Amino acid sequence: MKRTLLSLALGTAVSLAGITAASAGTLDDVKSKGFIQCGVSQGLIGFSNPDDKNNWTGLDVDFCRAVAGAVFGDGQKVKFTPLSAKERFTALQSGEIDILSRNTTWTMGRDTSLGLVFAGVTYYDGQGFLVKKSLGVDSALKLDGASVCTQTGTTTELNLADYFRANNMKYEVVAFEKADEVIAAYDSGRCDVFTTDQSGLYAERLKLKNPDENVVLPEIISKEPLGPVVRQGDDAWFNVVKWTYFALLNAEEAGVTTANVDDMVANSTDPGIRRLLGVEGDFGKAIGLENNWAANAVKAVGNYGEMFDRNVGPETNLKISRGVNALWSKGGIQYAPPVR
Amino acid sequence: MALLRSAQQGEGSSMSVTTGVDGPPKVAFFNDPKVRSIGVQAILIAVIIFFGWQMVQNTLANLERANIASGWGFLDTTAGFDLSFTLIPYSESSTYGRAITVGVLNTILVAFCGIITATIIGFIVGVMRLSKNWLVAKVAEIYIEIARNVPLLVQMFIWYKVVLAALPSPRAAWSIGDTIFLSNRGITIPKFIWGDGAWMIGVAVVAAIAGIVMLKKWAHKRQEATGEQFPVFLTSLAILFGLPLLTYFALGAPVEFEFAEQGNFNLRGGVGLVPEFAALYFALSVYTASFIAEIVRSGILAVNKGQTEASYALGLRPNPALRLVVIPQAMRVIIPPLASQYLNLTKNSSLAVAIGFPELVAAGGTVMNQSGQAVEIITIWMAVYLTISLLTSAFMNWFNARMKLVER
Ligand SMILES: N[C@@H](CCC(=O)N[C@@H](CS)C(=O)NCC(=O)O)C(=O)O
Repeated sequence: MKRTLLSLALGTAVSLAGITAASAGTLDDVKSKGFIQCGVSQGLIGFSNPDDKNNWTGLDVDFCRAVAGAVFGDGQKVKFTPLSAKERFTALQSGEIDILSRNTTWTMGRDTSLGLVFAGVTYYDGQGFLVKKSLGVDSALKLDGASVCTQTGTTTELNLADYFRANNMKYEVVAFEKADEVIAAYDSGRCDVFTTDQSGLYAERLKLKNPDENVVLPEIISKEPLGPVVRQGDDAWFNVVKWTYFALLNAEEAGVTTANVDDMVANSTDPGIRRLLGVEGDFGKAIGLENNWAANAVKAVGNYGEMFDRNVGPETNLKISRGVNALWSKGGIQYAPPVR
Repeated sequence: MALLRSAQQGEGSSMSVTTGVDGPPKVAFFNDPKVRSIGVQAILIAVIIFFGWQMVQNTLANLERANIASGWGFLDTTAGFDLSFTLIPYSESSTYGRAITVGVLNTILVAFCGIITATIIGFIVGVMRLSKNWLVAKVAEIYIEIARNVPLLVQMFIWYKVVLAALPSPRAAWSIGDTIFLSNRGITIPKFIWGDGAWMIGVAVVAAIAGIVMLKKWAHKRQEATGEQFPVFLTSLAILFGLPLLTYFALGAPVEFEFAEQGNFNLRGGVGLVPEFAALYFALSVYTASFIAEIVRSGILAVNKGQTEASYALGLRPNPALRLVVIPQAMRVIIPPLASQYLNLTKNSSLAVAIGFPELVAAGGTVMNQSGQAVEIITIWMAVYLTISLLTSAFMNWFNARMKLVER
C-alpha cells in the first residue's frame, strides 16, 4: 500500500511538473535543439506539399526555411509537422511546434483569444467557389439551394454561412476535417460547390479527376490574409519571425536575390542594403541572431518575389499572378518597415 | 460501534481470553483494523482530491498565463457555421451551445438506431452460424470474420464511397412515385404538416400499443388455460397500423404532406437523411453485429444440451424449442457482453468525424476550433460520453436483473 501511494504521488508530481514547465523562450529552445519545428498543411500544392520522398515545398514551407536560415545560417534545419485545420492551433499552443505556417487566416479572434499572435501576411488571399462547368453557373449569386463541401475549423465555413445568409440564399454544408476528404466528396458529386481560399481552389483543382471540367467563380467573398503564427508573450521569437518576413520583402525591394546576395555583401555601397545584410550596424544582435541573419535568410530561399514565383507564380502549375501580393512600389500591398 | 464490537469479538475470541476481563477487548486505536482501513482510504481520497484540485488550478493558471480564453461563457456566443444534419432547429446564427446539443442528439440518434439494427442482425447471424445447414452456417461465418476483422474506419469509408458511387445525382434522383427520392444527397421523404386534431393520431398510436400489450397478456393466459394459440403477431401488426389509419380517415385526413421537388441543385422541401448518416449507421451496425453474433452463439452453446433434448422429448419442434427454451436461458450469458458492445458502438460513432457527419465529436471539434476553448470542449465530450455510457449500463443491468427473474 505504502509503495503504491508513493509511486502515485511521484507520478502525479512528475506530470504536474510537466504541465508547469514548458515555454521558456522559443528562440533559446530552438537554438539549443538545433532545428525549427514548423507546422504546415497536410498537402496544399504551392503552399506546403510533400513529395514522395517527404521533401516539402511551397511558400509556407519556404518561409520556415527562411527563419531557419536567419537563425542557423542553414535553411535545411527545419522539421515539418503536417496539421489539419482543426489541429493547428492546439499544436502551437501546446508547444508541439515553434511556428505555424499553414495558410492560416489572420482574424481578430485568433489573434487575441487563443494565446497566439500573427507575425505578418505572407499571402493576401480571399475566399472563392469552385463548381463543375456542367452546372452552367457563372456567379456565386446563383448558388441558391446548392450543397457546398468545405473543411471544418476554417474561416471558410464561417464566411460561407455569412455569405449565403447575407444574400438570402439556402445551402447545405458538408464539412470534413481533411482536405483530401473534401476533394473526394466534391469529386464524387456529393456537393455542387467546393469553397476555400482562392489560392487553395487553384491548388486543390489540380487534384481533381478532370481539373478542366471545373471553374472558379469570379466572386471573392472574404479577406484572407494568410501568415505565420507564434505564441503570444514570447517577444524574442515573435521578432525573429516578423523581421525575417520583413527582411524577405526588403530584399526584394532592394533587388537582393539568391544569385547576388554574396556579391552585395562584399561590394554594395547602398547603406540600406548594408544595414539589411549586416555589413553595417548591429541589427541582427538586437533580435538575438548573427548580424548576417537577413543575408542567410535570402540565401536559404531567395527574396519574397523569388519565393512567390518559385512556388505559386505564373511559371508554376498554379499560375497565380502577383496581384495584391506585389510590393507596394509595384502596385501591391506588400510593405515592410525599413531596417534602421 | 456496536457492530464493530461484535465483529471484533467474533473474529478474535482468543483475544478476549487473553485480556480475560469482562467487556470488550481493548485494542490500541491505531491498531484497530477497521480504523486503519478507513484511515488509509481517507488519506488516499484526500490525496486524489488534492492532486485533482492541483491539476485544475494548474490548468487554469497556465491557460491564463498563455492568454488563452477560458470559461463557459462561449456557449452563448453565436456559432457562425452551419451543420449538415440537425434534429432541432439550428442555423449559423445559433449559439455554440446549441451546436453541441445538435451533436449530442445526432450521437444519440445514430447510436440508438445502430444498437437496434446491430442487435437484430447479430441475433439472426448468431443463430444462423449454429445452423445444421452447411451453407447457412458458412455464410454467417464468412460475414462474421470479414465484418469484425476489417477496421471500422475502413468499413465506414467503404460504405461512404459505395453510397455515393451507387446513387445518382439529385437531378437524376430515383424516386418512388415522386414521393420518396434517393440520390447521392441522401434520401428525401415528404414532410408531415400536422393539421387540426392531428394529435388524435398520436393518441391512437399509444392506444394501439397499450392494446397490443393487453392482447399479449390475454393470449398468454388463454394458452395457459386452454392450450389454444392466438396469432398475436399478425393481430398486433393490424392494430398498430390499423388504428392510427382509421383515426386519420375518421378525422378527415388532417395531415398534409409537403412533397420534395426538383430544385436547381438539390431537391427542395421534404425532410432528408444525409448519406453520411447512412454510411455511419450501416458501418456501425454491420461491424457491431458481427461481435453480437459471436456473443449470441456463445450464449446458446452455453445452454446445456439436455435442455434441447428435454424440450424435444416434450414434443416441441426445433424452432419453438430454440425460442422458448434455449434463448431465454442463453440471455443470461448474452446480456453482460452485449452491454459492452452497445457501449462500444456508441463510442465508435465518434469516428464519423472522418466522413463529415456532425455528431458530438465532429460538431464539438468545430466549436473547439472556432472558439479555441479546447479544455471546455474536451470536458463536455467526456461528460456526455460518460453519461450516455452510464445510462446504457444502468439500463442493461436492469434488463439483466429482469431476465434472471424469468428463470424458473
Ligand atoms: N485560411 C483558412 C484555412 C484554409 C484551409 O485550411 N484550406 C484548406 C484548403 S482545402 C487547406 O489548406 N487544406 C490543406 C490541408 O488540410 O492539409 C483558415 O485559416 O481558416
